Amino acid sequence: MAEAEILQTFDTQAAAQRSFGEPVLTLENISLGFGGVKAIDDVSFEVRKGEVLAIIGPNGAGKSSMLNCINGFYKPQSGSITFRGRKMPSMDPHFAASNGIARTFQNIALFRGMSTLDNLMTGRVLKMDRGFIWQCLYWGPAQREELENRAYVERVIDFLEIQAIRRTPVGRLPYGLQKRVELGRALAMEPEILLLDEPMAGMNVEEKQDMSRFVLEVNEEFGTTIVLIEHDMGVVMDISDRVVVLDYGRKIADGTPDEVRANQHVIDAYLGVAHD
Amino acid sequence: MSEFWFFLEVLLSGMFAGTMYSLVALGFVLIFKASGVFNFAQGTMVLFAALCFVGFLEMGWPMAIAAIVTVAVMIAWAFAVERLVLRHLVNQAPIILFMATIGIAFFLEGFGELIWGAAVHPLDVGIPNDAWFIGPEGAMMVQQFDLAAAVIAGALVTVLALFFHYTRIGRALRAVADDHQAALSVGIPLNQIWVIVWSVAGFVALVAGIIWGSRLGVQFSLSIIALKALPVLILGGFTSVPGAIVGGLIIGGGEKLAEVFGAPALADLLEWVTGIGMSLGGIEEWFAYVIAMFFLLFRPQGLFGERIIERV
Repeated sequence: MAEAEILQTFDTQAAAQRSFGEPVLTLENISLGFGGVKAIDDVSFEVRKGEVLAIIGPNGAGKSSMLNCINGFYKPQSGSITFRGRKMPSMDPHFAASNGIARTFQNIALFRGMSTLDNLMTGRVLKMDRGFIWQCLYWGPAQREELENRAYVERVIDFLEIQAIRRTPVGRLPYGLQKRVELGRALAMEPEILLLDEPMAGMNVEEKQDMSRFVLEVNEEFGTTIVLIEHDMGVVMDISDRVVVLDYGRKIADGTPDEVRANQHVIDAYLGVAHD
Repeated sequence: MSEFWFFLEVLLSGMFAGTMYSLVALGFVLIFKASGVFNFAQGTMVLFAALCFVGFLEMGWPMAIAAIVTVAVMIAWAFAVERLVLRHLVNQAPIILFMATIGIAFFLEGFGELIWGAAVHPLDVGIPNDAWFIGPEGAMMVQQFDLAAAVIAGALVTVLALFFHYTRIGRALRAVADDHQAALSVGIPLNQIWVIVWSVAGFVALVAGIIWGSRLGVQFSLSIIALKALPVLILGGFTSVPGAIVGGLIIGGGEKLAEVFGAPALADLLEWVTGIGMSLGGIEEWFAYVIAMFFLLFRPQGLFGERIIERV
């Protein structure tokens, strides 16, 4: 065996071992259509604990729809989702959020009028359960709760290096920083699974590097499972443990970055098939 | 010197009346903040709350009981609106929600008439209606009723502004207003938020209804007064609680000054131009809307509203 080949095999094995965690989320035979358009066609895959899973595919392949099914914005017409030992025909957004699934959006969905800090604090809504009356009084337990959660949010702010924009209304921030704040809001939820819909779209090389670093650090330090959609193949191959490839709503490949890179279906989908 | 005191008296009485507009505007702001929707039914809610309150009083109930039961009725109303209407319109365009509130307004008005009848009910909750004379030799008259209304409005606004800024629920309310989907994704329960905000708006409507009702009597034209809240909102900004108050003060003070001092000045000017002497009145009726129009032209987000920044 040539040396390069040996190395590659070794890489693949390491990746396989790293992603050997048990499935935390299982999607089986998911199909979703809008009118006559089939956005997702009988797709099954699982998300394993602690891995970075990338979903890739050409435009319109059904990647975002898949993410929307996972956090309950879309209800698939058939198939099932198994999460936390519950097998459900579809997810409910509130159930997802309160059981540790956080997400970001392809087109940034921040609370534009609010400051960075307040945006992140909304991520703590589910961690704060003092009743309406306490909240009105802002006294005793309610105040203590606010301070505890504030401390957590400050840690997220430090982690993402966004101290300087703490008080800035997010609508005024440049695009790259808005993406970062959105990641911060998701992190503030202390998620077990983090869904990132094109976290690096529209970024320059430096911003992409920063974002990749944050994603990997979150994964390594907090053991957060990450499912991300990304178009930049360099980034995908660098940071993911496993890649699922969709094309026209169908799954055409599922494996380590190297396996996927070598897959003929994937090459055809991305480069087109030669007509001969 | 007495002219100065007279000016102050006019200005103050206008501003006090303005705080009563603010009370109505506050209800609009609450619901607009939480759902991004202009709630056409707010004026009717003011009327309905006042009708219930005065109805319970006329049944011989003590005032505290009547107030508590009315608050309970408004909370039940909030639940009904959420369950029967809003829940089915999640993620719809604002214009659809707005149309829904028009429907709600007409329903509530009819419902109120069905239960309480269409008569005018006098209401006296014991706010003193005397005047104080202050300044040198009592040069300035202040209505105690107006002052009390202003104090109540001020207190309500302070509490609500603090609530919106510093609590979890306040933050959740603003989050829902900004982006439904994002709010859902962090686990904010949309339905619960709507119940809370409509309940609070119902409570504010009750306070406004009691104050307006004890001044004008509880009658169906109360729901029209809500229209005066519109210029207040445009001035203060649809999303700002303090803006509702400042807007009310400016509109109230401005229209009184325009009526008392502006009208004679305008009449003089017209006489000088045309040579015909005439007396002008009724500026009060439309002045607020003219101010609102100028604001729409030059500062559409109002004095305190959140500026909408669009990136191209």
